[in-house]
Amino acid sequence: MGDGMSVLLRTVKAISLMFVSTELFAAAQMDLTPGVTAISQEVYELHTLILWICVIIGAGVFGMIFISMFKHRKSKGAVAANFHDNMTVEVLWTVIPFLILIGMAIPAAKTLIRMETPADDAEVTIKITGYQWKWNYDYMHEGFDFFSNLAKSSRDVIYAENNKDREGINYLLDVDNRMVLPAGKKVRFLMTSNDVIHSWWIPAFAVKKDAIPGYINEAWTIVPEPGVYRGQCAELCGKDHGFMPIVVEVKSAEDYAAWVSEKKGAAMTAAAGDNKVWTKDELMAKGEQVYAQCASCHMADGSGIPAAGFPALKGSAIATGPVAAHLDMVINGSKVNPAMAAFGYMSDSDLAAVITYERNAFGNNTGDAVQPADVKAARQ
Amino acid sequence: MSEDHHDHKPTGIGRWLFSTNHKDIGTMYLWFSFLMLFIGGGMAMIIRAELYQPGMQLIEPDFFNQMTTLHGLIMVFGVIMPAFVGFANWLVPMMIGAPDMALPRMNNMSFWILPFAFGTLISTLFMEGSAPNFGWTFYAPLSTTYGPASTDYFIFGVHLMGISSIMGSINVIVTILNMRAPGMTLMKMPIFVWTWLITAFLLIAVMPVLAGVVTMMLTDRNFGTSFFEASGGGDPVMFQHVFWFFGHPEVYIMILPSFGIISQIIPTFSRKKLFGYSSMVYATSSIAILSFIVWAHHMYTVGMPLAGELFFMLATMLIAVPTGVKVFNWTATMWRGSLTFETPMMFAIAFIILFTIGGFSGLMMSITPVDFQYHDTYFIVAHFHYVLVTGALFAIFAGAYYWLPKWTGNMYDETLGKIHFWISLVSVNVLFFPMHFLGLAGMPRRIPDYALQFTDFNQMASIGAFVFGGIQLLFLYIVIKCIRGGEKATDRVWEGAEGLEFEQLPSPAPFHSFTEAPEVK
Repeated sequence: MGDGMSVLLRTVKAISLMFVSTELFAAAQMDLTPGVTAISQEVYELHTLILWICVIIGAGVFGMIFISMFKHRKSKGAVAANFHDNMTVEVLWTVIPFLILIGMAIPAAKTLIRMETPADDAEVTIKITGYQWKWNYDYMHEGFDFFSNLAKSSRDVIYAENNKDREGINYLLDVDNRMVLPAGKKVRFLMTSNDVIHSWWIPAFAVKKDAIPGYINEAWTIVPEPGVYRGQCAELCGKDHGFMPIVVEVKSAEDYAAWVSEKKGAAMTAAAGDNKVWTKDELMAKGEQVYAQCASCHMADGSGIPAAGFPALKGSAIATGPVAAHLDMVINGSKVNPAMAAFGYMSDSDLAAVITYERNAFGNNTGDAVQPADVKAARQ
Repeated sequence: MSEDHHDHKPTGIGRWLFSTNHKDIGTMYLWFSFLMLFIGGGMAMIIRAELYQPGMQLIEPDFFNQMTTLHGLIMVFGVIMPAFVGFANWLVPMMIGAPDMALPRMNNMSFWILPFAFGTLISTLFMEGSAPNFGWTFYAPLSTTYGPASTDYFIFGVHLMGISSIMGSINVIVTILNMRAPGMTLMKMPIFVWTWLITAFLLIAVMPVLAGVVTMMLTDRNFGTSFFEASGGGDPVMFQHVFWFFGHPEVYIMILPSFGIISQIIPTFSRKKLFGYSSMVYATSSIAILSFIVWAHHMYTVGMPLAGELFFMLATMLIAVPTGVKVFNWTATMWRGSLTFETPMMFAIAFIILFTIGGFSGLMMSITPVDFQYHDTYFIVAHFHYVLVTGALFAIFAGAYYWLPKWTGNMYDETLGKIHFWISLVSVNVLFFPMHFLGLAGMPRRIPDYALQFTDFNQMASIGAFVFGGIQLLFLYIVIKCIRGGEKATDRVWEGAEGLEFEQLPSPAPFHSFTEAPEVK
């Protein structure tokens, strides 16, 4: 944008600050975030420009209405004039708005073209897959992926009565595993979904793109400085749409490299876990962690929400009956209840652990210990 | 009046069940809409009560989704649209000098479908499992592969609503094109009639598209097709294209008749002719035509090609031009008039200002790169409630106060009307204005629980909602009081009123009016 426009924007920003920084709402954010990337700054400037064009036009039109209301009232003896047509003003108030719109469209198109230019020169590519109700981040060229769920600290206090319990934990904006990005490098995101449509959004990057089953959408960003940035799923995706936050941690190049090698090591350990025989205690301990993903419907105590179509696991026919039926239900999903998705995408050891947990927790006490090998066999 | 001896009404329940009288059917539409306003509004109260503070207090997330879904569907299809059809029934024949609607039996049927349509929709709340819980836009595959069993009842209900709307609009078009009094050329018709004529064409064009999309859903869900199921070769994005090809004209269906009502009221209380009558007609037509080529601005984030995003951005921005023309025309009508401020005028002026605020936020979100930030946030929720509540609903209030004396023969209670106006005006802004801030600060829409930094504005909005919801009970009281009695209205009702219904009919308008066509000069 030219010099004239940035002067205008600075003035506009100064005026808007006078309105915004009143004490009453000192704590609450009222305006769009300028964000931390070059693109998000441009978007913010466009937003501010258009907002103020609207404010100025609005002030003019509403001003005319208020003048009429006070000056041209019958009680002050106003007599109605007779005019009801005027070609000149009709043409003017058609043409002038049209020109203003062109003035808005040009910078908007420029920014849009920059945003939509494919990031073929990206140094990192991450495939983002939406699930009900979590995200999977696949670092495609590094050979590992992981799920990112709502943090337990938030989930535990959703039903808490005292609001104080929700303070200091980034309530609903924190996850168990953050996406990690290198600072200053171009990162390409590929979005898709495993079930319904989700939308991946980080306001500070001005990146929002739908994750759609059967589609691979693309977006990119360059975040100059390390930091932690938060967002939420932006497309209604079912019951826990409000409970699938997004947290991105941007690290320096060295810290990022260290994080990648640590993740690679962990991926190897997990793969090894699929090939060993676990003790029941190991399965139960791991199963309790994995069960956090099931708890959003079946509840932490296995009681479910039967009224809403989410059955209890406590004493249920599946969780206390034959193991084969239980494996089939978790791996392939329910044939009758669409709310029970197929979880076959999880690793053999995770599935073995969570099924073992469900068969022994909540007083189910079947004594079964399902092994990763059993899961592998059930997949065939 | 010579019509008096025709004025024998059928009695009992049969008068309403078998009615072919445009006034009785109009009355039934308006009462139906009013009932739905309280049902849909009750759902809004539940939503705002849950959102009063962070955490889940009153309801479960799935029930929250059922509430937002049914609230949207009921307000759109059960309140705003039937209210306008009620106005059309009452007013179109009286405004064009016709004895009744052209197709009176179809008129009866198109009304009586509605209670069944909404009975079906609302009955899903009492079914096992869940009521529709996928938002009023029912995006696939959330509504198809993942929809609850009750979705099929929802589909049936939508089909019924569509049939009702199509029959209603055929009736409006046939009436307007064939039954105008001698001398009433198209360009002499009252603007309300013009806006309804254009609305009816929009309805006929897009209601079948809605029927098509729900039929595709039905076969996807029950007969093994894969229109929207990616794993069967279908396309979930196509759902959105088809839905919004209906959905965008639909939003104009909900606002054009309000433009008509406001264009009747502003000149009356300004005691001055409507400024730029013909440009109003052309602007309304332009808006209607443009409404067919802007649908994808609801879906900028689905990953359209750049060329598509640019096209829909530019086409959408263009709509600001004819909409601006309308606002400027109303302003020019008031300019140097002789204004008085009865309740209809108060609501009409509030409409112009608040609808324009909704229009401004609409212009802001036409800008694709910026809309990426606004999309699916409370900024959108603020926008469409400004155009639909302080827009369409305020126009309905304005119109009700404006024509109630003509319909009932009695003046409404002006003091109570003013109280209704001022409390509505303040509370509706306390309710919806903070939503702009919430959306800009990053709060997504359709979430039952939120991060702590959104608490203050949500509490403000909830308090506004409770007041705004509660004060509508006063409106109910005002309407009943007006029907039962009150100061007798003159035939012209308002000093500056023009048009056949005020100039040539008594108050109340007789059961059968214009059995002989009036002369229009």
